[in-house]
Amino acid sequence: MIEEIGRTTEGDLIINIGPQHPATHGVLHLVITLNGETIKKVEPHLGYIHRSIEKMCESLSYRQFIYVTSRMDYLSSHINNHACALCVEKGLQIEPPQRAQYIRVIMDELTRIASHELWWGAMAMDLGAFTPFFHAFRERETITDIMEKTCGARLTMNYMVPGGVMAELHPGFQRDVERFIQLYKSKFEEYSELVTGNVIFQNRMKSVGVLSKEDAISYGCSGPVGRASGVSCDIRKLYPYDIYNKVEFDEITETEGDSYARYVVRLKEIQQSIRIIEQLLGNIPEGDFQAKTKAVLKLPKGEFYQRVETARGELGVYIVSEGGTTPYRIKFRSPGFSNLSALEHMVKGLKIGDLIAAMGSLDLVIPDIDR
Amino acid sequence: MLSLENITRIIHEWLNSHFNPAIALDTEFVLVGVASITLFALLGLSLVWMERKVAAVMQIRLGPNRVGPKGIFQTTADTLKLLMKEGLVPDGADKFLFNLAPFIVMIVAMLILAPIAFAKNFQIWDINIGVLYLSAISSLSVIGILMAGWASNSKYSLLGAMRSGAQIVSYELSAGLSVLSIVVLTGSLSIKDIILSQQNGWWIFKAHIPALISFIIFIIAVTAETNRAPFDMAEAESELTAGFHTEYSGMRFALFFLAEYINIFIVCAIGATLFFGGWMPLHIGSWQAFNHIMDYIPSSIWFLGKTIGLIFLIMWFRWTFPRLRIDQLLNLEWKYLLPISMFNLLLTSLVAIMGWYF
Repeated sequence: MIEEIGRTTEGDLIINIGPQHPATHGVLHLVITLNGETIKKVEPHLGYIHRSIEKMCESLSYRQFIYVTSRMDYLSSHINNHACALCVEKGLQIEPPQRAQYIRVIMDELTRIASHELWWGAMAMDLGAFTPFFHAFRERETITDIMEKTCGARLTMNYMVPGGVMAELHPGFQRDVERFIQLYKSKFEEYSELVTGNVIFQNRMKSVGVLSKEDAISYGCSGPVGRASGVSCDIRKLYPYDIYNKVEFDEITETEGDSYARYVVRLKEIQQSIRIIEQLLGNIPEGDFQAKTKAVLKLPKGEFYQRVETARGELGVYIVSEGGTTPYRIKFRSPGFSNLSALEHMVKGLKIGDLIAAMGSLDLVIPDIDR
Repeated sequence: MLSLENITRIIHEWLNSHFNPAIALDTEFVLVGVASITLFALLGLSLVWMERKVAAVMQIRLGPNRVGPKGIFQTTADTLKLLMKEGLVPDGADKFLFNLAPFIVMIVAMLILAPIAFAKNFQIWDINIGVLYLSAISSLSVIGILMAGWASNSKYSLLGAMRSGAQIVSYELSAGLSVLSIVVLTGSLSIKDIILSQQNGWWIFKAHIPALISFIIFIIAVTAETNRAPFDMAEAESELTAGFHTEYSGMRFALFFLAEYINIFIVCAIGATLFFGGWMPLHIGSWQAFNHIMDYIPSSIWFLGKTIGLIFLIMWFRWTFPRLRIDQLLNLEWKYLLPISMFNLLLTSLVAIMGWYF
């Protein structure tokens, strides 16, 4: 097929986008075949940031392996930790105290907001507008500060442990979060003025990278990508964990399935996350933040599966236990991998600029895909 | 009075009284050359600094603030660094064309400087077809860009250069047509005459709607012609890494970078000259006292002020808008701007013939 390097027999151009490229936000490597500016083929090459997290987990105890998972989808590390903690709890058959569940859900939603914020800035940057990135970071910084105060870390928090959370909330937590919500609400108008309402932005996003409902299901797309195509796939609604069944929020779905729909879904999800936080924040019950567990955790022999909704979609944690102190096998079902697989289908026949826009709207985190 | 006009006259008279005319003329050529190169260096440095500060303000940050007061020497330091860097030539590149391209872009930028009036009676070359000269020369820069893209032997560069070619050739048309509308109103192609015709009011005010439309088209078209965001197809950082100058490093890269800013300055200077009266002070009808005060401000300040205002506008675009896609860019030109500017030219001619301007 390839006649000489970088050229097919039909005379099409083969271009490497990545592994070092401003638009791939990491070390994703796309080999694209171009006819002029038109994309004929997209072939993702993975493995540049493979750290064999799943294999590493096999030699770590049930307390330790959770910390490694913060490094998978580093933008929703709380939610990764949450998934693992829930899965271990399922095996141990313990229920974390109410207070811990409240804290976990609030932290999850804050993480989701932070992740969507960063995506919003990066998306605009992919389209060539640099300013929104800084505006997004201004709000995200507030969340990161709250995380730092409570968990001691800003990115890889490692706050959720089997049986609850690792430490008590910091004293001014409620006030800090309220302040963030206020700040965010006052800035939301700016977002739509700067980006959403922009004609160029809408032209670049609308009917670009369309993914039909059937395709979204067959590619296994989840999260905002799936919901933008009309697939109802919010794990928080379908398989509620912790106290998600007690809070009121809407599952956002759009029907267009284009980049703009994915954009709208994420922005609306931020609003829903704020709604969840507002419901919970004032009502965190008193009590322990962690259930009493043994120092060394041993899961009974068997298989355990837990799924959660990260900022990117459905994260599945599958633990096979032989009854020892370390898992026999661990498998993560990461949302980014499935979402990336739909990319070629979405952009075939479009221009390079559309590839960047569609890829941006998938919100890929490469360490999550490679693990 | 110490003005640029007087300084040049004094130098001219002194040279002619001490040397024979041929040597005096040669000396003047050299002086003009040195002066324009110095101007280029200064413009490049200050505009890059300005852009970074404008970006910083829009992005709620401080911008360069370490080297010198308010970071004004930051760009000088960057240029020195670029000067000292090794200029790599990639394997398989056409070495001659690869080295030639940045100079062509730079030379074109310098050539356009000739007919621009920086102050009252201060012009390098008062050519009677100034506007034609400007549009003719400014379209040459695409040769340098295509050359750079082709000679680099890199696919990113090639794509960037091809985009740039399509873009510059298309947007030449509306830029030319919008400039023509002022020529129709003035009845002259000479830059000097165009400025003098705005003695009692700038064209943007005098010729109201048609002038406003052609100004908007002009500013869009020149933003595209200088490859600035939202029309930075040729560079398109998030798509083509750096477009046509991906493979360039060191001083060759700096020349492209400098040429970009010089081009911005020049197109804004042209815009200021055509629509805002160049060095002509702001005069309002019968407000004698006001007009008198305005006359006290030196003409070079007027010119620079207007130009920098327009430059700010173009920088503002860059830090606000997302980038267009290549086909949307061409659609915008061929389906919207070109028909509008053609119609506008007709309207302007009508206005000019009927004398419906002030």
